[in-house]
Amino acid sequence: MEVLLTAKQNQDSANKDLVTVDLVQLKKRQLMNQVFSVLGLLTLLFSILVLLALIWDLASTGAPRITKEFFMQFPSRIPGKAGILSAWVGSFCVMIVTALCAIPLGIGAGVYLEEYARKNWFTHLIELNIINLAGVPSIIFGLMSLGFFVQKLNFGQSLLTAGLTLGLMVLPIVIVTAREAIRSIPNSIREASFALGASRWQTIKHHVLPYSSGGILTGVIISLSRAIGETAPLITIGAVTFIAFLPTSPVSVVWPFINFQWLKDPFTVMPIQMFNWISKPESEFHVNAAATGIVLLGMTLLMNIVAIFIRYRFRAKMKW
Amino acid sequence: MSQKIVLTHFSAPGSRARRWRWFREKFVEFILFSAAASSVLVTAGIVWTLISESIPFFKNVSLWDFITGTEWTPTFENAKFGILPLLGGTFLSTFIGLIVAIPLGTIAAAYLSEYMKPQVREIVKPILELLAAVPTVVYGYFALLFVTPLLQQLFPQIQGFNILAAGLVIGFMIIPYVSSLSEDAMRAVPNHFREASLALGASQFQTTIRVVIPGAFSGISSAYVLAISRALGETMVVAIAGGNQPQLTMDPTQPAATITAFIVQISQGDLPHGSIGYQSIYVAGLTLFVITFSFNVLGLWIRKRIQEKE
Repeated sequence: MEVLLTAKQNQDSANKDLVTVDLVQLKKRQLMNQVFSVLGLLTLLFSILVLLALIWDLASTGAPRITKEFFMQFPSRIPGKAGILSAWVGSFCVMIVTALCAIPLGIGAGVYLEEYARKNWFTHLIELNIINLAGVPSIIFGLMSLGFFVQKLNFGQSLLTAGLTLGLMVLPIVIVTAREAIRSIPNSIREASFALGASRWQTIKHHVLPYSSGGILTGVIISLSRAIGETAPLITIGAVTFIAFLPTSPVSVVWPFINFQWLKDPFTVMPIQMFNWISKPESEFHVNAAATGIVLLGMTLLMNIVAIFIRYRFRAKMKW
Repeated sequence: MSQKIVLTHFSAPGSRARRWRWFREKFVEFILFSAAASSVLVTAGIVWTLISESIPFFKNVSLWDFITGTEWTPTFENAKFGILPLLGGTFLSTFIGLIVAIPLGTIAAAYLSEYMKPQVREIVKPILELLAAVPTVVYGYFALLFVTPLLQQLFPQIQGFNILAAGLVIGFMIIPYVSSLSEDAMRAVPNHFREASLALGASQFQTTIRVVIPGAFSGISSAYVLAISRALGETMVVAIAGGNQPQLTMDPTQPAATITAFIVQISQGDLPHGSIGYQSIYVAGLTLFVITFSFNVLGLWIRKRIQEKE
């Protein structure tokens, strides 16, 4: 009897120990859980704070320089008189060439890979190649362009070279987003079109492309926002020069009215102008750099927000 | 009248309309195929330019000296071409960037995926992704004129140009590369894994650490690889804030040069085509291409393994 009782007491105390251990463990686990949720929140806040610090730093330094004159004046040796006229016109012209290069090639490649390509080794090669191209550093595109467009084809350090360089650089982004957009269209739409006697191209033209236009547009805007802020490949092709003039006007009053001389003109763009001003020792030029940074950052963030908005709208609208 | 319309639309086999339609279809397919194939030409162009400009370089400099040399002075009278200082700078800035981006990005991803409400996540994730959308030249400004002065207040011995500030800013820049892809991978872990873990009494934190993260391991590592490849190729931040001095140092408070910064520095001057200085940027570029290419292949291999497992 006594033995049994002691055994029972022993068991009781053992149980009690177990329970206390568990409670400590539980407390610890709950604490860890709370610590992690606070840590996660802090991490996110810190990342967003970095973005805000960047914006605040640029804005507090450069905002007073953002006037109408700043956009209407050429760069100058006197910091207070310098502006970004040639830079923003240059950026605009380069973007036209980039868009004309990347959009048709990118959408064409996307449509081919999703709608036509058979599963063979060449298709596989193209797919692997696009994934790899997306990971090639931008400066390598600059080196390629210097060796091929500038040296081999003699395009010179022109708007055409710059636009093609950036166009090829953003090509993978356009292709990948176009493919995703096209893939999201259900097959029933294509089958319905085929059943009514439409050919493959008619189906693509009248159904696939219109329905995927939202996704494709998002990709195009994102890729252009990447291209407009890109500096390194353009420095590599030799674009760091003092440019205080505008490219030739594409339209003129005399015959043949439209010319493509502007494609051959030397240029500067906003990121390069900003880089030039940062590289100068005088802090007055840094103010100009900050002001250019605001314009550049404003444009890229705006383009990204527009892209997010379009994606959101299309996702909400499209119900299959 | 109506019969006529039917006839033009459903033309007889072998008719002109049929042949025209067949021709148009083939033509469009050919155009689209050319667009897709052109992307292969871009890669071929890159490889061909890098190699063809590098071959003459190795006629003057032996490959062994290039790989093991500890001095990189291509513009000096007595030029030395040892890639190690540039590789050192490249890997040092990348390493500092990863110290920042991997913990921050992974924790942010786990929090977004496991703790945050989906509605809030839909707003926070795009904001976080804006960090990757900021132009790199703006990040360069930020590193030189905001982060460096801030660091100098904390550690006065830091120089005006240093690899630390550049590395930290590269880290901020690649946070979204780590967080977005890791978050996608974590959310792809099936929900019944989480439910099983929670039912066994594990806390949310334990579930995240022991179930979700191991389950998403391949996806998370492929995100890391992408971030590394991106950091290795980053140019403007190091070119602006890194100081452009090719020296073999492990001290991040010192200025150094990366492969990319060197290419930018040389491109700003005008070295004649065919000179050894000109060729040296192609050799440096080829080295960078080989390194990032290996990381891309590694990332692809990891991703392929995930797909096979699924």
